[in-house]
Amino acid sequence: MALDVFAPWDDPNAKPLIQFQNVTKRFGDFTAIDDLTVDIFEKEFFALLGPSGCGKTTMMRMLAGFETPTEGKILLAGQDIGAVPPNKRAVNMMFQSYALFPHLSIWENIAFGLKRDKMPKDQIGERVEEMLRLTRLEKFARRKPHQISGGQRQRVALARSLAKAPKLLLLDEPLGALDKKLRQETQFELMDIQETTGTTFVIVTHDQEEAMTVASRVAVMDHGKIIQVSTPDVIYEAPNSTYVADFIGDVNLISGKADPQGDKLHMHWAEGQPAVVGSPLDGATKGQDVHYAIRPEKVSISAEKPENAANAIQGEVHDIAYLGNISTYHVQLPGGQIIKAQSANNRRISRRAFTWEDKVWLSWTDTAGVFLER
Amino acid sequence: MRRLLIAVPFLWLLALFIVPFAIVFKISLSDLAVAIPPYTPTLDIAEGWAGLKAFFAELDFENYIWLTEDDLYWKAYLSSFKIAVISTLLTLLVGYPIAYGIARAPQEWRAMLFMLVILPFWTSFLIRVYSWMGILSQEGYLNQVLLWIGVINEPLIILNTNIAVYIGIVYTYLPFMILPIYAALEKLDISLLEAAEDLGCSRFSAFWLVTVPLSKQGIIAGSFLVFIPTIGEFVIPSLLGGSRTLMIGKVLWEEFFSNRDWPVASAVAVVLLLILIIPIVLFQRNEQKQREANQ
Repeated sequence: MALDVFAPWDDPNAKPLIQFQNVTKRFGDFTAIDDLTVDIFEKEFFALLGPSGCGKTTMMRMLAGFETPTEGKILLAGQDIGAVPPNKRAVNMMFQSYALFPHLSIWENIAFGLKRDKMPKDQIGERVEEMLRLTRLEKFARRKPHQISGGQRQRVALARSLAKAPKLLLLDEPLGALDKKLRQETQFELMDIQETTGTTFVIVTHDQEEAMTVASRVAVMDHGKIIQVSTPDVIYEAPNSTYVADFIGDVNLISGKADPQGDKLHMHWAEGQPAVVGSPLDGATKGQDVHYAIRPEKVSISAEKPENAANAIQGEVHDIAYLGNISTYHVQLPGGQIIKAQSANNRRISRRAFTWEDKVWLSWTDTAGVFLER
Repeated sequence: MRRLLIAVPFLWLLALFIVPFAIVFKISLSDLAVAIPPYTPTLDIAEGWAGLKAFFAELDFENYIWLTEDDLYWKAYLSSFKIAVISTLLTLLVGYPIAYGIARAPQEWRAMLFMLVILPFWTSFLIRVYSWMGILSQEGYLNQVLLWIGVINEPLIILNTNIAVYIGIVYTYLPFMILPIYAALEKLDISLLEAAEDLGCSRFSAFWLVTVPLSKQGIIAGSFLVFIPTIGEFVIPSLLGGSRTLMIGKVLWEEFFSNRDWPVASAVAVVLLLILIIPIVLFQRNEQKQREANQ
């Protein structure tokens, strides 16, 4: 598959399209971006993910030219773009509110940027038609923005920002205003369009599912810093911190003391409970504070103690969240801690094996979770 | 109960607009007479049906014909129209930047800035116009300051010219221009301007292509709010304007009080009202459009 091969970030010779070099941005006393360095490559679909106020929007606005870095440099194709005003950058942005001009028709909205470039009239017409086709908006060309639906407006905003064929397209929470079903459809549409046009996309979102779906790489941010940049699967399977593990998806976090034994790491975490066994953590010494993160779907639940399981703990079913296709069991351990275990509902609910206050065994292999230092 | 509620505004209109208008209209169809009131005929109900017939037989459109025969009147209408158009444009020119400034000012400043715009209304309109006489006259403050700085050697003659009238009108009606434009600009989403810049506009062209078209409704509303009262304005031209400032409000006043020709004065008033109906209808239509656009 082509997507698997596309990994310029692993190629030391690849030239990044965008380089943040020790960029810091302060607003008065508040540091929005804190000494941040990251490379984004051509044709990438790069997601900036984080809670509100983490600095992801500021990063995007610096790329668009609405903010200038307080310190450090931003390079676009090797050129410092710090002093270039927004109207002179080969960068376009799709705004969170879409920012469609309400007094102009859909056609005129899409043509707006092309007219500013003094493009000949017939070429503008062709380009607008092309954009309308790409976003399936041909029928609405003559309408005003308030005469079309939210999903259509979102596509107009996308068409308008793509019309000038920018080197880089910025998308600020592009799907935030859509309902869930439409959002999922649109995510795939976005990926298709990104692939067809070959444009580099940088998307800002607080929705981890969205970031995981669309992005080639995800940068998880917190307090103006990038905590981890990696492909969605690495972010999910091998988070580098409890912050990332907790932010992406559902996770069980257990804290304890490290105890390296051979090629495995044991972690003592509660009196009278067996140690958690897992793959080692580099540089962990005996007695060090460590955390263990394990995803609920990697925890099995059974009535009998499973044989040969590396990790097995007994508990009591405290709560069951029934989600239709899967159920999440909240199992309370004798110490009071809750561990979540997920299992597919491959039987009808009336024949469910476990119910409230049942004694159950939780088990997982020694490679199912990861140890984390922080 | 419901009908009663609906009837209230209609009764209000009937008592304060339709009835007075009918009286003025009737006077405009009458003839001048040396009597109290100074016109004939007056309706004598005691004579019954015959009296009513005689009353209507005496009414005619003579005064309206007179308005077309003497060129004073149409010149006054035209001159009023011209002064109203020019002063509306001047008010727009002064008011737009002020409204823009307030709309872009930090939130905590806006209330105070508004206060400053509205504050002059707390003083009597007449006193404010009189004080302009003190400023603009040949020995007035403006000339004193300019002479003192040395910008001019001789005092400027401003008072009793059309310039003084324009100054007075712009000053008086400025808030009516600022408020609707501010209301339009305040709603303007800043991200639209950012989008325009992002798509290649300079700050200036973003202003022309986005800010101005989107404040159009405010500009139209403000212009009508200035234009409509200005066309019939009487106090400002008679206090600040000279003998050559011709405005229909002044003509009306002179017909009424100097000539004591109530019928002609009434005819002038009725025609003025008919002329004003056009911009008022246009204004209403603009408001309607705005309401629909907001829905």
